[in-house]
Amino acid sequence: MIPAPFDYVAPTSLDEALAALREHGDEAKILAGGQSLLPVLRMRLNAPEWIIDLGRIDSLRGIREEGDAIVIGAMTPHSVVGNDPLVAQHAGLISAAVERLADVQVRHRGTFGGALAHADPAGDLGGPARALGAVFVIAGAGGMRQVDADDFFVDLFETAIGEDEILVEVRIPKHTGWGSRYEKFVRVEHQWPICAVAATVRVEGGTVTGAGVGLTNMGSTPIRARGVEEALVGQPASAESFAAAAGRAVEGTNPPTDLNGSAEYRLHLAQVLTRRALAAAAGLGEG
Amino acid sequence: MTRINLVVDGMRVADDIEPRMLLVQYLREKLGKTGTVVGCDTSNCGACTVHLDGRSVKSCNVLAVQADGSEVTTIEGLAQNGQLHPVQEAFRECHGLQCGFCTPGMIMQSVDLLKDNPKPTEEEIRLGIEGNLCRCTGYHNIVRAVQHASGQPVAPNEVTA
Repeated sequence: MIPAPFDYVAPTSLDEALAALREHGDEAKILAGGQSLLPVLRMRLNAPEWIIDLGRIDSLRGIREEGDAIVIGAMTPHSVVGNDPLVAQHAGLISAAVERLADVQVRHRGTFGGALAHADPAGDLGGPARALGAVFVIAGAGGMRQVDADDFFVDLFETAIGEDEILVEVRIPKHTGWGSRYEKFVRVEHQWPICAVAATVRVEGGTVTGAGVGLTNMGSTPIRARGVEEALVGQPASAESFAAAAGRAVEGTNPPTDLNGSAEYRLHLAQVLTRRALAAAAGLGEG
Repeated sequence: MTRINLVVDGMRVADDIEPRMLLVQYLREKLGKTGTVVGCDTSNCGACTVHLDGRSVKSCNVLAVQADGSEVTTIEGLAQNGQLHPVQEAFRECHGLQCGFCTPGMIMQSVDLLKDNPKPTEEEIRLGIEGNLCRCTGYHNIVRAVQHASGQPVAPNEVTA
């Protein structure tokens, strides 16, 4: 299948891209790496009149350290994020999730910001973004604004990015020294998770002193498992406390039923995977 | 129509194309490079894998306009001066194919893998080709071919006639 005809523009600066977006409005669609958008266009699920390709804007690519955050440019390919030593050192949960995202070819082409802006509830990066409290930097006519991960994901394939706005970069608060684990349950390695749990924990002197847990494909948006986080902090880093906390992974979820499993099955999976993810993140093995 | 300039298998090419044209379409229909095949047409199977600026991509999931200014290598550009690429040789030697449809993509992805990791373990090979589906071989001889190409001992064939 071939996409329906469209006009194409590839601006070389963010300002040009914003101007093109203002000019073409809702007739336009932004192209990042295209690994989700191109299949959508080819299956004719969407037929925009304009494609605005961000691939020629160098300033949207790259990873840097800035104070207490690691800043990832929206157009940075997954493969670059996955191999970056700064990300591995300060946001290991991102490295762990990127490694399991799709396949090698898709990771070469797909982008960190593109995947998050696409907001597929089964996307691999939403859970880690929520677990780590990522901050999204969005450019519009009025300049830049920041949106917390808790407010970024609005609904199925819908984010806080306005129609005339572009995601510029994602700031990941440093979690240096935290353990992390991305537990992805999937039939075929390169597919979207049936359910996934992103967990990062800080253990000091045998006690959990910090926890971030995000759930993927357990509702119309990635979910932050606050109940699990609350249940953990101050508890001993033991199999018992992880099992007890994992029971709260179902709170606030509304998982789908599809060919891969029922909602009930996913509610079960979320608890099992949370227990495993916490144990592995704390260095207790596979749980 | 949009003008694109790129280098494909070492040859400079320029064309006016519709922006909606896929890279794989451009390679096959404009340049006649039918060695790169379309398998699933949904970016799952990896049969259409080529290298874009030195990295493997699924060419059914890239627009030709996105490749403007880039260098593309297809399966047809691997052999040099009539000599097969070592990975091509290894697939022949280890019989890493049956029907052969996935082979161009398997070889291109294996070349990419060995560039990053010249001595991959069996598990690393299997993960490295996770985006390439083969419906004939069960992957055994493909994995052996990659081991062979990397100069490592090849796992013995467990199936005896």
